[in-house]
Amino acid sequence: MVYLTRKIEFSASHLYHNPALSAEENRRIFGKCNNPHGHGHNYTLEVTVAGEPDPVTGMVLDLKDLKTILQREIMERMDHRFLNHEVTELKGQIPTCENIAQTIWKILEPKITQGRLHKVRLYESADIFAECYRNGATHA
Amino acid sequence: MSEALKVVFGRRYRFAASHRLHSAELSNEENSRVYGKCNNPYGHGHNYVVEVCVSGTVDPATGMIVNLVDLDKFVNGEVIEAFDHKSLNEDVEAFRTTVPTTENLCKEIYQRLKLFPLAKLERVRIEETSNNAFEYAGEEIQDHRADL
Repeated sequence: MVYLTRKIEFSASHLYHNPALSAEENRRIFGKCNNPHGHGHNYTLEVTVAGEPDPVTGMVLDLKDLKTILQREIMERMDHRFLNHEVTELKGQIPTCENIAQTIWKILEPKITQGRLHKVRLYESADIFAECYRNGATHA
Repeated sequence: MSEALKVVFGRRYRFAASHRLHSAELSNEENSRVYGKCNNPYGHGHNYVVEVCVSGTVDPATGMIVNLVDLDKFVNGEVIEAFDHKSLNEDVEAFRTTVPTTENLCKEIYQRLKLFPLAKLERVRIEETSNNAFEYAGEEIQDHRADL
């Protein structure tokens, strides 16, 4: 099995607010991430695909194709967007790194038809990230 | 897509510390041969980066596996305060008898952080310099907390 990873960067704004909680609870749990008008990050997304290289092309999948998928599915949805308001798939969720990473997995998983989506890692900053992969998967 | 996904939260921390690699079980000549300049008698230092990964259920109310404020408090208390601007050999009990290689440092930090009560520790990765990284994910024994 070979694992290949492609990285993209996008910039987006968000805020953390749970309408089921009081203003005080929101403030206590989310701190400044609860500021009402939101704030932004430069996100870095690493997408890892696993597979066997095709014997003719030597590729697990053509990186150009992966680039196209990431552009269409992620960049166009999330880049320079307010995640709470503009990304349908995140509606009703707090757009934490954990939730965005899972949402990205769900968006990409059916789109990657050569090789298999292995891991999604999303950095909100250089020091904070979330990743998701199938339960029981070994790491690349 | 019905497969269960594992979600991991990662956070990077930094501390600066000195160490000297010297094994009491080796002669001075062997220490010098094995560890090279890392065996220099007065030690030397690094800016360590510690990447801590925890897993668990994402709480639908918060969107979080763990609030990073709580993780920060635990890691700062158990690791950063104990190691930052210290001599690993002199100031950390475990390294009075164990060589403070970054392999052993990974294991020591893992042992400390696996006691974190709010999420399951998945692994500890340490960058000793920007060119050297080490990772420890515990031994392959099923951790019962994973099922909680």
